[in-house]
Amino acid sequence: MAHGDVKHDYHLVNPSPWPLLGSIGALFLAVGGVVLMRGVGEGFFLAKGQWTLFLIGAAIMTITCIGWWGDVIKESRAGDHTPVVDIGLRYGMILFIASEVMFFVAWFWVFFEMVIFHDNRSSWIIAGDPEAMAAWANWPPPHVETFDPFQLPLMNTLILLLSGTTVTWAHHALQQDDRKGATLGLLLTVLLGLAFTYVQFGVEYPEAGFAFGNAGEVASANVYGASFFMATGFHGAHVIIGTIFLAVCLLRLISGGFSAKKHFGLEAAAWYWHFVDVVWLFLFTFVYVTPYLTMQGN
Amino acid sequence: MSHHDAAHAGGAHDAHGDHRPSIYDPRRWLFSTNHKDIGTMYLVFAIIAGLIGGAMSGLIRWELKEPGITFLPHLVHVPHAILEQVRLGVMNADQLWAWKVDAAKHFYDTLVTYHGLIMIFFMVMPAMIGGFGNWFVPLMIGAPDMAFPRMNNISFWLLPVSFTLAMISFLVPGAGDHAGFGGGWTLYAPLSTNWGGGATPFSYHDGPAMDFLILSLHIAGASSILGAINFITTIFNMRAPGMTLHRMPLFVWSMLVTVWLLVLSLPVLAGALTMLLTDRNFHTNFFNPAGGGDPVMYQHLFWFFGHPEVYILILPGFGMVSQIVSTFSRKPVFGYLGMAYAMVSIGLIGFVVWAHHMYTVGMGLDLEAYFIAATMVIAVPTGIKIFSWIATMWGGSIDFKVPMLWAIGFIFLFTVGGVTGVVLANSGVDTSFHDTYYVVAHFHYVLSLGAVFAIFGGFFYWIPKMSGYRYNGFLAGLQFWIMFIGVNIVFFPQHFLGAQGMPRRHVDYNEAYQYWNNISTIGYLITAVGVLVFLVTLVEMFLVKRKAGANPWGEGANTLEWSLSSPPPFHQFNELPVIKPEAGH
Repeated sequence: MAHGDVKHDYHLVNPSPWPLLGSIGALFLAVGGVVLMRGVGEGFFLAKGQWTLFLIGAAIMTITCIGWWGDVIKESRAGDHTPVVDIGLRYGMILFIASEVMFFVAWFWVFFEMVIFHDNRSSWIIAGDPEAMAAWANWPPPHVETFDPFQLPLMNTLILLLSGTTVTWAHHALQQDDRKGATLGLLLTVLLGLAFTYVQFGVEYPEAGFAFGNAGEVASANVYGASFFMATGFHGAHVIIGTIFLAVCLLRLISGGFSAKKHFGLEAAAWYWHFVDVVWLFLFTFVYVTPYLTMQGN
Repeated sequence: MSHHDAAHAGGAHDAHGDHRPSIYDPRRWLFSTNHKDIGTMYLVFAIIAGLIGGAMSGLIRWELKEPGITFLPHLVHVPHAILEQVRLGVMNADQLWAWKVDAAKHFYDTLVTYHGLIMIFFMVMPAMIGGFGNWFVPLMIGAPDMAFPRMNNISFWLLPVSFTLAMISFLVPGAGDHAGFGGGWTLYAPLSTNWGGGATPFSYHDGPAMDFLILSLHIAGASSILGAINFITTIFNMRAPGMTLHRMPLFVWSMLVTVWLLVLSLPVLAGALTMLLTDRNFHTNFFNPAGGGDPVMYQHLFWFFGHPEVYILILPGFGMVSQIVSTFSRKPVFGYLGMAYAMVSIGLIGFVVWAHHMYTVGMGLDLEAYFIAATMVIAVPTGIKIFSWIATMWGGSIDFKVPMLWAIGFIFLFTVGGVTGVVLANSGVDTSFHDTYYVVAHFHYVLSLGAVFAIFGGFFYWIPKMSGYRYNGFLAGLQFWIMFIGVNIVFFPQHFLGAQGMPRRHVDYNEAYQYWNNISTIGYLITAVGVLVFLVTLVEMFLVKRKAGANPWGEGANTLEWSLSSPPPFHQFNELPVIKPEAGH
């Protein structure tokens, strides 16, 4: 794309309204979020439980995403994504996934700290409160009925692993210019993603033998439930994001986008999907299986 | 192809016909995809935030000038309900004053908190990474712009949003009726939780201020992560032909290490902040012992981010000082590779020393021994840097221009802060010094006198390149000497106060501590005059408009940015430069 005096292949992007709009959306989301959770005043927009500002922020964010990534697709079609720019996009996606991995480190940190050090805590004199001491003495703590990992969770593991193979099928089919195969593989992946989400949020969560939060009214609720639901819940949120990402790729594929040689959007979606998959394997091993086997051992 | 035509109309031509958009065109700034314009916006933002954060420290110092709570009660906001009671005669003047003194305690705590947060997240990081990083990483590696110019813009615009949220947080109720969060920049649980039960009224924060602050830091973190991804991609993928990693200027190396720390540590903070948010709003009990959680776990998560963060604040300064010392000694940096890999090892070790901030929480002795050893190891690569800077100057033809004054000031004062750091690394000593003014003196020597000196050094080193104008050497030199004297008078006595046992983050103190507190406050006034001289220097420079050539510093300045005009063309390097082996650092 060397034009006129420009003798390099980098992509100098045109000025764009989306970053500013997205930031304004973030402001509305944040203020709206605090209003929703706590309320900051008496007014119509500011009282606790008011969705208005939050929804305005979500709408602005959605418009920004569509506009921004729509521009990226247009630029790709215009030939701006030269080989060197393509490598840059790959670096960007890998680093984004790396930062996501570190986000999950925080949630696993809680889990491992509780698993490994709960004994130390119960022996601290400072703990004092007998109820807290009892909560710390065992992991999983008293009143918690863990899931049998070899029922629904195992099925969900297989669903997710299967979706990992179908997305690879779609990718390889596209590389062979078999667009029909690619469409089918991608469609199956999206459906498997939806199936996972339904099984986790629709079937498994309501059957949990422990609660998410505790304001004093639920005896079985403590940090076990919190760390379980936050870790698997954030994973579930990432499954939904990945499903949307793949669904957008499916729409692009159906409407004639992507080629056998150039389809980084699909590859990025596949990378993201595999990341979600690997996080699940860690969750399955350490959050579902290990505590279950420990309890069996007891 | 209208798309590309638009790009050209927007100014994609080279230096000869450099169609730079007017600075009065709001779209140039609001919609910018130009790394130099975005860098400029970061610098302006950092200066404004620095003035606000600096003003807060002024209020702190003025309150601490003498014992007793005497100054801040005059400034606290009195709610309508209290004024009504005074009007009705229910509350007399003495009772009103007592109410104000009580409110001033919380106000003081919030000043300490927001001063720290503003200086870290909205002054030092935007100036070093967003400002100088954006401006000079592409120029120094011979790239036309950053890898993701549009993402670069959202990295910037998220910051004013984050700052707005922090300011909202400062003003809305935090603890009871009192505005703002007063638990310190570390946001430790249970101070930052709302489940209460503490011994004093301010031992937790039930108001929305803390929630705003959490989301403010979430957004600042997102901004930094996106920026970090952008820098890593730019440095790995957009170096000019011949610019190998081992030929990159040390400033670029310092940025590379810094942004890796950002991308790996900030998401962990995001997780910890999310736990705080759910603890506050959805009863998750992560940090609540009554629900099986643990407040110390918050400290672990926080400092796993927080310790790399303090290296994030200083590493770009290392890079800038290397460039400046080399330029004004007219010598290549001594031990270039050692300097680069010293920063890499500081970055790596920085991830495994976090619990040295937590010696007093009651961890096992073996664990303390490990963290002492690991922390002390960092003195080795840091020593490599200090001695290499000195060796660079040794035998050089040193030119004491203003940036060099700041750089030498940095080396001297950062060493002082580093040495007190080695002292504090010992858990036995730290048990006494923990949360005293000795710690305050230590981290202000490495940050306020280290990082900020590096920022001023970088500013005067590069302002001729960025603006095209030369600064007034007398005014800028005057600012250096005033600030050098001022900040040392502020912070050196705080070592004594700490050694005498004065605790930090307290609005009042025993009369025994009055002498050095008084001196410290006088130092603040001197420093404030220095900041004023800085602003005068800036205004004078832009009014008088002394043209700076492409390279005002002579043969010592041999990195790529000095091969371009001042200011550089709107889009530089339309034809990529080719780097030959001897022209590296």
